[in-house]
Amino acid sequence: MASKTLQDLAAIREKMQRIVGLRGGDEAAAAAAAEAIDPGRINIMICAGTGCTASMSGAVSAAFTEEIEKAGLTDVKVVKTGCFGLCAMGPIVVVYPDASFYCQVKAEDVAEIVQEHIVGGHPVKRLLYDEDAGTEDAGKHKSMSDTSFYRKQMRVALRNCGLINPENIDEYIAYDGYKALGKVLTEMSPDEVIETVLASGIRGRGGAGFPTGMKWKFASGARGEVQKYVCCNADEGDPGAFMDRSVLEGDPHVVLEAMAIAGYAIGADKGYIYVRAEYPIAVQRLSIALAQAHEYGLIGQNIFGTDFSFDVEIKLGAGAFVCGEETALMTSIEGHRGEPRPRPPFPAVKGLFESPTILNNVETYANIPRIILNGAEWYSSIGTEKSKGTKVFALGGKIENIGLVEVPMGTTLREIVEEIGGGIPGGHEFKAAQTGGPSGGCIPASHLDTPIDYDNLVAIGSMMGSGGLIVMDETTCMVDIARFFLEFTVDESCGKCTPCRVGNRRMLEILEKIAQGKASIEDLDKLDSLASYIKANSLCGLGQTAPNPVLSTIRYFRPEYEAHILEKRCPAGVCKALLTYKVDAEKCKGCTLCAKKCPAEAISGAVKEAHTIDIDKCIKCGVCMDNCKFDAISRS
Amino acid sequence: MKRISTVPFTGTAEQEQALKNWLAEHKQQRGAAMPALQKAQEIYGYLPLEVQKMVAEALDKPLAEIYGITTFYSWFALSPKGQNDINVCLGTACYVKGSGAIFEKLEKKLGVKDGETTEDGKFSLNAVRCIGACGLAPVLKVNEDVYGRLTGDEKELDEILAKY
Amino acid sequence: MDKINIKINNVDYQVDAGQTVLDACHSVGIDIPTLCWMRDLNEIGACRMCVVEVKGARTLVTACVYPVNDGMEIVTNSDTVYKARKTNLELLLSTHDQNCLSCVRSTDCELQTLCNEYGVDGMRFTGTRPRYELEKSSLHLVRDNNKCVLCRRCVAACQQQHVGVIAPSERGFNTHIACAFEAPLSETGCISCGQCIVACPTGALTERDDTAKVMEAISDPTKTVIVHTAPSIRATLGEAFGLPVGTFVEGKMVAALRRLGFDKVFDTDTAADFTIMEEAHEFLERVKNGGKLPLLTSCCPGWSKFLEMYHPEFFENISTCKSPQGMMGGLVKTYWAQKNGIDPKDIFVVSIMPCTAKKFELDRYDMHAAGEGIADNDVSLTTRELARMIKRAGLDFANLPDEAFDEALGESTGAAVIFGASGGVLEAALRTAAAWITGADPVSPDFTEVRGEVGAKEATYTVGDIDVKVCSVSGMANVESILRAVNAGEKDYHIIEIMACPGGCVNGGGQPSQPAKVRNFTDLKTLRAAALYSDDAKKVERLSHNNVTVQKVYDEFLEHRGSHKCHDILHTSYQLREFKY
Repeated sequence: MASKTLQDLAAIREKMQRIVGLRGGDEAAAAAAAEAIDPGRINIMICAGTGCTASMSGAVSAAFTEEIEKAGLTDVKVVKTGCFGLCAMGPIVVVYPDASFYCQVKAEDVAEIVQEHIVGGHPVKRLLYDEDAGTEDAGKHKSMSDTSFYRKQMRVALRNCGLINPENIDEYIAYDGYKALGKVLTEMSPDEVIETVLASGIRGRGGAGFPTGMKWKFASGARGEVQKYVCCNADEGDPGAFMDRSVLEGDPHVVLEAMAIAGYAIGADKGYIYVRAEYPIAVQRLSIALAQAHEYGLIGQNIFGTDFSFDVEIKLGAGAFVCGEETALMTSIEGHRGEPRPRPPFPAVKGLFESPTILNNVETYANIPRIILNGAEWYSSIGTEKSKGTKVFALGGKIENIGLVEVPMGTTLREIVEEIGGGIPGGHEFKAAQTGGPSGGCIPASHLDTPIDYDNLVAIGSMMGSGGLIVMDETTCMVDIARFFLEFTVDESCGKCTPCRVGNRRMLEILEKIAQGKASIEDLDKLDSLASYIKANSLCGLGQTAPNPVLSTIRYFRPEYEAHILEKRCPAGVCKALLTYKVDAEKCKGCTLCAKKCPAEAISGAVKEAHTIDIDKCIKCGVCMDNCKFDAISRS
Repeated sequence: MKRISTVPFTGTAEQEQALKNWLAEHKQQRGAAMPALQKAQEIYGYLPLEVQKMVAEALDKPLAEIYGITTFYSWFALSPKGQNDINVCLGTACYVKGSGAIFEKLEKKLGVKDGETTEDGKFSLNAVRCIGACGLAPVLKVNEDVYGRLTGDEKELDEILAKY
Repeated sequence: MDKINIKINNVDYQVDAGQTVLDACHSVGIDIPTLCWMRDLNEIGACRMCVVEVKGARTLVTACVYPVNDGMEIVTNSDTVYKARKTNLELLLSTHDQNCLSCVRSTDCELQTLCNEYGVDGMRFTGTRPRYELEKSSLHLVRDNNKCVLCRRCVAACQQQHVGVIAPSERGFNTHIACAFEAPLSETGCISCGQCIVACPTGALTERDDTAKVMEAISDPTKTVIVHTAPSIRATLGEAFGLPVGTFVEGKMVAALRRLGFDKVFDTDTAADFTIMEEAHEFLERVKNGGKLPLLTSCCPGWSKFLEMYHPEFFENISTCKSPQGMMGGLVKTYWAQKNGIDPKDIFVVSIMPCTAKKFELDRYDMHAAGEGIADNDVSLTTRELARMIKRAGLDFANLPDEAFDEALGESTGAAVIFGASGGVLEAALRTAAAWITGADPVSPDFTEVRGEVGAKEATYTVGDIDVKVCSVSGMANVESILRAVNAGEKDYHIIEIMACPGGCVNGGGQPSQPAKVRNFTDLKTLRAAALYSDDAKKVERLSHNNVTVQKVYDEFLEHRGSHKCHDILHTSYQLREFKY
């Protein structure tokens, strides 16, 4: 297929204004829209990301289509989009041009919205997102950008998520899609591209934060003389991180465009996207995007009529966290067990199929076209001295606004947790925030005011990682969390090198001993020395960072460890073996249900009399407490 | 460790043809082993000896190497799955909200461990890492149905299982 | 070679550029310990024993794969390095069964040696450890994964043999070396070559020990126990007693065998001369009568098993000659038994072989020249097992006198002794074939083009009016590519000598184990082969057909080359060997 020209793209942008102009997006588009738009036309944006799909947004969008047809509306468009970010309130529906933000919409609400809002012009207030619900400001309904969830956010990587139909390349083009690729191919030399990326200061968003421009520069030698590859790491494996998935689901073309730009910069004509098979929606949207890009010739031979050709292939992962490590990812694409290889040789010299290769993750790529279009200076004006730009976090755990947020580097943890995240639900206390997933650490309340960037996080014993941010309250046990993460890495260790294969297992066993109240204080020292040995000796990043959750929890929550070891007590009430169950004689009605359900026959008592639990027999399974109808059993 | 199927292989001629066609078309591709096994699992539902042999032969790779790949990646199954696939999310967001306890309860209820299938073949139980519905944590999935904001209550779980 | 300046342990050195930290250290006399590293074969950086400090590096680095750079500062002996290596070993021991007292590799185990050097505490880490069943389904080896350190040297060796029946399975803590579907080795396409065993640093892979059967036979007064030793044993046995690689110990070996109580000590070399008689005859017959070419040699049971499993299309190409082991056993139990009036049932033949596949070969069909139920050879021992018996008997090997083989089946030629090196069978056959074609013994019996440790060696010799195109190939990966080339019509030979083990029998799977620190820096194949070629050069008689014993046996017993009797006693056949995994 012959490639579209730059003029063709301009024409598509022009044509699409009629539709996307309604949505605001950037200011120029909004201004154009204000003049040209017929107020009767409406876009209904429905999130079709994984989170909202799980909350049945599919049924909601089907209902909209049906109701709109029933109402005979012809100029109303129902658009399935990517993630808006506020997953906890899903399914999200946004109606343009007035940008009404509906949340937790059910299929049965749709007829009302169509009748009242779309036909009648009056938004259905009871369904609009109201962050002030329950306060005296309830019902005021701020505009989206004024809510505390969005106010401090800055969407660069996520800019198109929720704004476009990810399955329509024209909508991507309408928002300047493939313009950056056009610019580099027609106006910039490969070295200028690399210089721009270097000058922007962007660092890899997948883990250790290596400067992206440097990576490209290392791989840029001998252009045109050797086979090279551009890879995209979409094997987002941190449990509780889903920013890459959201980009792929909401804006897949941005990854293709950025990979082509990278290909041009280093002199590669082939790219691979390695994506988790567990992300079916992302894979599907990416495949559609790739087919459309092929059709437009924006991926393929002689792009924009230049000498540059670039093709992309999608490779599916198969459930191995270690494949997020760059050399393991390449080994996996090559069709082997996803085991890491020693470095050097670095992939920029000898990577995929022994050819020079660069690998960046999805979020990194999502920034590239903007950097090209807006310039390195614009990008480097965002963020802190050594960490430029924005960072997407997947906010989860014990926090009100679970979802996806993008903030400038340097935003404090407190701003994210308390303002954007809306604080801890249920009147609980903030205890720690975990960043960096299994490679990161737990940050205590005393560091809540630390501006988040790569170096600060490392300094306080955690790391950026891919951007999972899990909030914990006082009911979370830090020993248990360390155990949880280590269990994960032990499970996901490839087994190739000794420190990670055996060392992490031994650490996990010590943690299990602590959680069972069977450890001695020397075990803490053993944990400590094993941890530093594993960090210094493991073959790859997985092993080298696996002890971090343990080290950081020991560092900040040592008294909690000591309580488990010395007092045989779990302050958070999580570690089963250290719990005791008690029957409150006042409340117990003697219904005998608990005694019947107890698998250990540890409960005795006559009918209609208060029961007692034999602590020696009790296996602490909690079945009695779960089954008691009178709330008479407590745990301490 | 992955459980190797003891059920006799019942692959059909159509399945074999489908796999062989795919292999014939793609075997020259670099790194074909992973997509081949993914395709094979899509066709057969799991990867028994007979199927792995077809892949090994077509790709001219030792069977032991293919087996090594299938036991490395958790996506690949060596025994057939149950009629209903239960996936409990043990991602961090769900875990801090109690999905670990929910998983243990299901283990007890169904009498199987992670990755196993009930004797009647009705349910397979799996612990998975983040299914992306963190907003609904804790969640579990039965086939394509997502159940979120679980309390872990016995009755709640019984009701979910009763639907299948 | 460019030189660069580096610092090791604060001392300045000038070393060759382009090498690894480990090689650079070795070049200045500093040994770096390794477990997984095997030069060119297994460079995976997995065991982490070779870690060193490099100034500026974020973590310790693996010396085995890390390249040196100009100005690099390396520390190999710091407390950090020492503790890291020690912890490595302690963690390995926490998954190891640690029953060194009864382990065959005790004192010869790379893990044990390192544990001693680093003063480890075997009980520092305790915890769950995987337990594995002993794998002893096949005739030639025992795998004990409870002693495995997951260095994967065996896997690399098996891949190099183009067999690949073992691979790492599962992942993480459950990773273990296994056949597909955890199948018994005997149900796989294993060719029994034993290259995995010589690669193994610990006792996880050993040959099946058959020494007890031999001891029993020796002490049985009703048995006449005959031993015969393959060509390469005399070039390697000394290593098991600390002698330098390539020490020729034929005389001491014979003396030791006699002192172990064997009734007769024969030389498999004699049988090798018979092999040449039959194989050269077969070759010339095929050339004369337009028979199937190329003729493929059949001395190597690893190779013939490979053929039966993977390449039945070459059944008509392979020589029908038994291997020298088979010929010797057959002749002992027919010719020699008859001559000495002993019932072959009362003769117990033990072969000493560089090879584990020879254990498997005993069980092949056709290996009972003296009649059904009477095996040509009763037990086949590896060089290692023989060394074990000698040590157990308390013999001071290095100080034994040199003794000669027993007569009757003990005389051999230089052509036979080079059977132990890749190219030797071919050269021996060429010497005799040339003599028979031209009617005169060759002026020089040296066909040096087919010698050497290279995987495949080709040559064309003009013999009489024929241009004989030959190839000698060793190492199954090389064999596989030659066979594919022949199948594809890209290569065209008259005769191909095939040896399963890289370099031939001198590097066989039954040879003394040499630790990685020797194997990685010593060309074992070449040094051992040199001992054989030098013996050949010294021999008075270097052509098989001039062996007087051979001539005598043909006259007295076998009638003539390729006779019916020869076929019954000295030849075999091939069948498709199917395997499930």
